[in-house]
Amino acid sequence: MTHLIVSEATLTFGGLNALTKVDVTIEPGLITSIIGPNGAGKTSLLNCVSGFYHPTSGRIRYGQRNLTHSSPHQVSNMGIARAFQNLELFRGLSVLDNLLLARHQNLNYSIFHALIFFGKASRIEAENRVYVEKVIDFMELEPYRKKMVGNLSYGVQKRVEVARALTLAPKLLLLDEPMAGMNIEEKEDIVRFILDLKKEWGITVVLVEHDLGVVMDISDQIYVLDFGEVIGSGSPKEVAANPRVIEAYIGEE
Amino acid sequence: MENKDHLLQYTIPQLLRWRVATSGDRVALREKEFGCWNSYTWDRYYDLVRKTGLGLREIGFKKEDKIAIISDNIPEVLYVAIGAQAVGGISSAIYQTSLPGEIGGILEYLNVSVVFCNDQEQVDKVVEVRDRIPHVKKVIYEDPRGMRDYQSDDWFMFIDELYKLGDAQHSKDPELFNALVDESKPDDVCHLCLTSGTTGLPKGAMLTHRNYINMGLQLTEVDPLLQTDEYVSFLPFAWIGEQMNSFGVAMATGIAVNFPESVETSMDDLKEIGPHFMFGAPRIYETIRSQIWLKIDESYWLNRTFYNYFMKIGEKAAAYRMSGRKMPAGLHFLAWLGKQIIFRSLVNQIGLLRLRRAYTGGAALGPELFTFYQAIGVNLKQIYGQTEIVGIAYMHRDGDVRPDTVGKPLPGTECRISEEGEILSRSASVTPGYYKLPEKTAELLEGGWLHSGDAGYIDEHGHLVVIDRISDVMHNENGEMFSPMFLENRLKFSPYIKEAVIFGDKRAYVAALVNVDPIVVGKWAEDKGISFSTYMDLSAQPEVAELIRDEVVKINKNSEKSHFKIRRFAILYKLLDMDDGELTKTGKIRRKFVREKYNDLYEALYEEKVTEKRVEALYQYQDGQTSTVDTTIRFHTMEEAL
Repeated sequence: MTHLIVSEATLTFGGLNALTKVDVTIEPGLITSIIGPNGAGKTSLLNCVSGFYHPTSGRIRYGQRNLTHSSPHQVSNMGIARAFQNLELFRGLSVLDNLLLARHQNLNYSIFHALIFFGKASRIEAENRVYVEKVIDFMELEPYRKKMVGNLSYGVQKRVEVARALTLAPKLLLLDEPMAGMNIEEKEDIVRFILDLKKEWGITVVLVEHDLGVVMDISDQIYVLDFGEVIGSGSPKEVAANPRVIEAYIGEE
Repeated sequence: MENKDHLLQYTIPQLLRWRVATSGDRVALREKEFGCWNSYTWDRYYDLVRKTGLGLREIGFKKEDKIAIISDNIPEVLYVAIGAQAVGGISSAIYQTSLPGEIGGILEYLNVSVVFCNDQEQVDKVVEVRDRIPHVKKVIYEDPRGMRDYQSDDWFMFIDELYKLGDAQHSKDPELFNALVDESKPDDVCHLCLTSGTTGLPKGAMLTHRNYINMGLQLTEVDPLLQTDEYVSFLPFAWIGEQMNSFGVAMATGIAVNFPESVETSMDDLKEIGPHFMFGAPRIYETIRSQIWLKIDESYWLNRTFYNYFMKIGEKAAAYRMSGRKMPAGLHFLAWLGKQIIFRSLVNQIGLLRLRRAYTGGAALGPELFTFYQAIGVNLKQIYGQTEIVGIAYMHRDGDVRPDTVGKPLPGTECRISEEGEILSRSASVTPGYYKLPEKTAELLEGGWLHSGDAGYIDEHGHLVVIDRISDVMHNENGEMFSPMFLENRLKFSPYIKEAVIFGDKRAYVAALVNVDPIVVGKWAEDKGISFSTYMDLSAQPEVAELIRDEVVKINKNSEKSHFKIRRFAILYKLLDMDDGELTKTGKIRRKFVREKYNDLYEALYEEKVTEKRVEALYQYQDGQTSTVDTTIRFHTMEEAL
């Protein structure tokens, strides 16, 4: 089992520290949540892990591999996928096409195979479709398979975004506010998906989320960020009792 | 035509075995999974039924034991039901939308020993009432997703385990299953069908193998089906309407039954299959028509022009076609042209191009809905029957579709009108009675006739006309009779009105509570530039009230008798709903309940000076939470009616 270890990561934009000496360990097979007020550096941390930013100092390791300076596609090839807070989907394509496209890194056939679409090309495309269908079934997207993403409701688009990350067959899934802007029923669905992902697919989940009720219910471990620093961590109970966390969320008395 | 009466000597499992012997490699079932249609031949079908049957026997399911099915439409429902019947058991089905308390009550009443659920959602409900049902030995599930926390408990069993048990038994004793199938007789009870009932707890109508097979044979004697025909199973299996097709018709004719991918996709899956016949409650046909209207409305002008022109032609042609008269040549040509130019592709878009016959039943359908479907080239016909006679006993014949009647009796069905005006029927499909309810059975089958509880008469063409439930017929304070359902249907024929409840028993005039159609009226409001937020807000718009008032004026103008006229109405702030107990599972109004629930609105309808009233609207969500909202209801008086 592979741990994701962020050690002493600092990220600086000009004179501003987005992250200051952040130490985070993501245990495999668990749900780890990262919470904190707006601007605390949660998304910056995810950006560092997924290779969009590189920490100014410090290291990020995934198992034996160092991904401090890896690019996004290298990170994704290591089995780390990410669902974005602001949907990164092709709005003019169908759900199915979006998901198939997300598996492009598995399409290792040549242009000649593609031209005749015989043998390897058709076999790989079929395998991809089978995998994508498994994800569609899991995320309960059957009614939307052939609908254009741009025409779907926001809640469903969010689900497609998570599905897009899943089609990469990740071992570790980064979810950036998957429940923002959803109603209770849609949230309950997403929570069910996350729990099933952990327990039935054995995927490690890193969740950035503002809904504290959900976070406290489903997380195994929580990290609290404030002004780019880790101000508390541990089980939901420990975090809820941590005076620094209470202060950051509610303010001083 | 070949005589199929010899099929009556079989039970359902025996008939399945006969199908295997005569056409084992033909497709019997199809299921869409992971985006693909997977086919199952009759051979494979029988194989799975055997696995299930022997597996059930292994876990202690004996002759005359009951199994309850709570499931969406998947092929496993048939394996489990027929498998249980094959080893001498009795199947029954519960609506998937039932709440745990209801499920507990039914399981107790039927003394069920095994429950089959398709997924965790249904299993959870059974778990909730586990204390009440000690007689349930096993809960079998089909979808393992989310079941991990139950796996340590051997009360639950994955269906593959059951198959394995059955397989093991079969390899030990290959002759056993055949012998078990031979043991049953066609007149044995094979299924307990719960009648929805507009009042009180459901009653379990006992139905025999012969009841189902006879119904399938009689129906197809009038409207023959080919072995290559397709049927899409999307009605709830707990409803007789689904069983009569997947047990009765499919077994009697050998057609293929197709199972949609999920409940939400069934209309898309229907499009992919293109069934040759379909059956549905009026609601389905109303929904499809609304969709067509919306599509046409959003289409470009040429399509709209063609549609509007040929719709008029189509309606004229439909009038000829429905009554079986010969069309003038000019009209015939124009109707043909309309079909080629627009209706063929329109019907193809909704997946009904191959459809030879569509049946509607369960409630009345508006005359212009018949005309509409006949005009676009869909042969929609009314059927009539009760659960107790396996759903269909009366039906329109092709070329003789009179929208105000339910057609003629099927072959082998006798019809009589009692002195009280009640419709009585007799045929080989009539149930032997209700389970554990001898008094109700005696009432139902008094004098050897099935008492429908419906008032009706036979018209001059030999067609049966159904008026209403005998118990529902109302009299105003002058003692003049009227049928609330009849008037409600009048209202519902307006595209803007989704649901209506008529009052007026022992009162001076008829009044109505109306639900506007959220889709059609929503679109209408958008086009008019009227802004609204929720359904409640839409219903309260004064322009919407005007719209409905115009509809009521039209209806009043056409009413046959002056006491049928609607004097006052109000628009209700929420849709009547099954979960709130306002509708039955098949979508009929629970009149008494609605009357009591909205008693203050009812009272206000009969106080002419009241023009508006503040009410507290109570909402109950599916998980049992409730919330209240304050709203104002306006009452509208129709000046010309009285």
